Amino acid sequence: MSPLALVGLLPLVFLGLFFAWPVASIVGLGLTSTSRPGSAVLDVLTDSETLRLVGFTLGQAAAATVIAVLAGMPLAFVLARCKLPGIGLLRVAVVVPFVLPTVVVGLAFRVLMPAGGVAPIVLANAFFNIAVVARTVGGLWAHTDRRGEEAARALGASRWRAFVSVVLPAIAPAILSAAAVAFLFCATSFGVVLMLGGGQYRTLETEIYLRTVELFDLPGAAALSMLQVTTVVAVLIIGAVTRRRKETALGMRRHREIARRPVGGEWVVVGVASAVVVALTVPVVSLVARSLSNGFAGYVALAGHGDQATLQVSGLDAVWNSVRAASDATVLAMLLGVLSAVVLSQLSRSGALIGEVFDLALMLPLGVSAVTLGFGYLVALGSLPLDLRASPLLVPFAQALVITPLVVRTVLPVLRAVDERLRQAAGTLGAGRLRVWREIDLGLAGRALVAAAGFGYVVALGEFGATSFLARPDAPTLPVVIATLIARPGELNNDMAYAACVVLMLVTVAAVAAIEGFRASSVGEF
Amino acid sequence: MTAVTRLLAALLVVGLTCACSLIGSQTRGGSPHAVTLVTHNSWAVDKALLADFQKTSGITITVSENGDAGALATKLVLTKTDPIGDLAYGVDSTFASRALAEGVFVPYRSQNADKGSQRYQLDDTRRLTAIDVGDVCVNVDTGWFAEKGLAVPTTFADLADPRYKGLLVVENPATSSPGLAFLLGTMSAFGGSGWLDYWTRLKANDVKVDAGWNEAYSQDFSGSAGKGPRPVVVSYASSPAAEIDKDGKPRTRALLDTCYRQVEYAGVLAGARNPDDAKKVLDFLMSTKFQEQLPGQMYVYPARADVPLPGAWSSAAPLPPDAARLAPDQVQANRDQWVGQWRTLFTG
Repeated sequence: MSPLALVGLLPLVFLGLFFAWPVASIVGLGLTSTSRPGSAVLDVLTDSETLRLVGFTLGQAAAATVIAVLAGMPLAFVLARCKLPGIGLLRVAVVVPFVLPTVVVGLAFRVLMPAGGVAPIVLANAFFNIAVVARTVGGLWAHTDRRGEEAARALGASRWRAFVSVVLPAIAPAILSAAAVAFLFCATSFGVVLMLGGGQYRTLETEIYLRTVELFDLPGAAALSMLQVTTVVAVLIIGAVTRRRKETALGMRRHREIARRPVGGEWVVVGVASAVVVALTVPVVSLVARSLSNGFAGYVALAGHGDQATLQVSGLDAVWNSVRAASDATVLAMLLGVLSAVVLSQLSRSGALIGEVFDLALMLPLGVSAVTLGFGYLVALGSLPLDLRASPLLVPFAQALVITPLVVRTVLPVLRAVDERLRQAAGTLGAGRLRVWREIDLGLAGRALVAAAGFGYVVALGEFGATSFLARPDAPTLPVVIATLIARPGELNNDMAYAACVVLMLVTVAAVAAIEGFRASSVGEF
Repeated sequence: MTAVTRLLAALLVVGLTCACSLIGSQTRGGSPHAVTLVTHNSWAVDKALLADFQKTSGITITVSENGDAGALATKLVLTKTDPIGDLAYGVDSTFASRALAEGVFVPYRSQNADKGSQRYQLDDTRRLTAIDVGDVCVNVDTGWFAEKGLAVPTTFADLADPRYKGLLVVENPATSSPGLAFLLGTMSAFGGSGWLDYWTRLKANDVKVDAGWNEAYSQDFSGSAGKGPRPVVVSYASSPAAEIDKDGKPRTRALLDTCYRQVEYAGVLAGARNPDDAKKVLDFLMSTKFQEQLPGQMYVYPARADVPLPGAWSSAAPLPPDAARLAPDQVQANRDQWVGQWRTLFTG
């Protein structure tokens, strides 16, 4: 067995054990819990309501993805290409929306758009995912050589023409990657759809939850889960086919050589990006204002155990719990994600189909209901010799499943864009396999790697679904504390919930700044 | 610092954090007196009380939170052959029949179970013991009505009265547990023939339907921190205890004629590894001290009748004397159909 296959095996084993097997178990259980599984599935699939569910799920996700891409692109440009004061801060701050609990963002959007309906659902989903686009696309864009577009400009192309003909094809893989991730996040978004739709708008995700938890209709939930997996696979295949046509080796450059002060028409893009930043800031500012509605009362209470000791742990403990859980998940996901990305980048040169299947399998956890996976853990993992169901490891494992595809999507476009001749040249000059990887791949993809770690950390910090659902001893993370507080009556509890949100944002910014600061001085640019 | 030392330093920091995280969580070893208490994510307890019990009894309690009451019941059923703990607390009257029918619990009668808790007994074999009661009632913002010079509504019928048009906000019974309880309350008041007609009148009276309690209470209700536009909301009998202004006067009131009783139960799990100590923990949940701290910690009422409520509660949030209840079997058998009919009425 080649070393490459061995490396690829680790993520596959993890995926099999902590994703495929649990999901198959719960779906299997659902189907065997009725004497006539065939008709149970058929009933669901032929119901006209189901078609509407699928249509609405895909429609709102597609709309939100388009908005996220359109709004995220100018930000990606500014992050990747512009040398402006405050860019470092922007790169960090742009991830803040992603970490905010859906319940809080849902409440904020209800204030901003009181009429309700589909528009707030779409905009809120886009709000969460703009950062995915800005950072994934920015990661590749920051390394693409300027000389191609400069040549086009010199030959008389307009700025727009040079962008469309030279830059866009180069960064297309990253855009498609980001769009795929954003689409899956939007398709499986739960809290936002429920809250902003008043329970009237339903998606596959909300329906699987209701059937499993409220109605205990396991066969129906199993049928919908299978439909969800099928739909996600179909969308991913379309995405992969489109993406494959676009991937080419690029002239990669260090970011230092690429960023410069914007000139001429580029200022328009900077202006649009600023408008996007302002739009993103509105809900955030409203949260900060809410947290201060009674002065610092909420913050003071949060530092202790709240009014009448209603908090099980102090706010500070919750911060520490969050940081610890996120660290575990990020380390695990980086290990799995980087290994997978390396294998995939090699496979794309030889075994194309295997590579695509592997790639798709890694993405799948993003598109499958957290409820299905959570109950799947219960059903499947009890039969292991070591009972993992009550293990504190389950939360980082579940989070790693979500972060790994993000790492792959951020790192892979860059690795694939590395010109193979560079590696060959290094090899000719006498470098061993590892040395080549360190000097060439890591050298060029370092920025993307650190960006992936930062973003993974953010996802883990903000993760609520798995954390609240999987067995968790008395170590609540910040999002769990926020959800607990907001579900209680009383002014002080409300103040504390919003104060905890602000603390969560600050922790996020600090963590990402630490990770990114580390990047700037070492890995990315040696 | 060179890049390599930086890299090493960073790896060290991250490694240590992870190590703390993994080691720190392994507090519970193979102690012979270990009990895992499976509960929902509204669990809260006076920590000193819990520590004291563990010290005097020698039992180590690991609490495992498992989502909301519905998720908890589903989990217990899915793991009934190999339970995830020894004792479960928080299965409520809406989901209890699911768990009982699937044989999740074994019989046990706690020593204090006859001091009021037996009023909520579900089956003769006593597999479930009522621990607390949390009634869902319509809450009103009394200040709002005083300012408008409008009499405060008191009954279900009042809510459909055109004088109170556009004032009520409720939760969707398909997606919210208090929403479902309110629907069951109207079912109990108007019966199978009259409830849909009542909801038709509510709809005509411009009732607002939110997906969950957070939006309805914290945002749309005028009597909460959110200072929303609507002065009437479906919430809990206990909510007014949290809305007391600086001079000690409650700002809101629960309408005691609109309440539906939700009871939370505890039971020893079939196949528990340590059933004997699990029973002792259940006794602890029934003890005077644990029952006394329930209102302050979880905003629910003790199931025991001989345990007093905290001072402010008896005036601001008394236990509704005769809240409506439907048999859990009846609820389990019909809720899908009822919610479906409700949904047809509201979403067409």
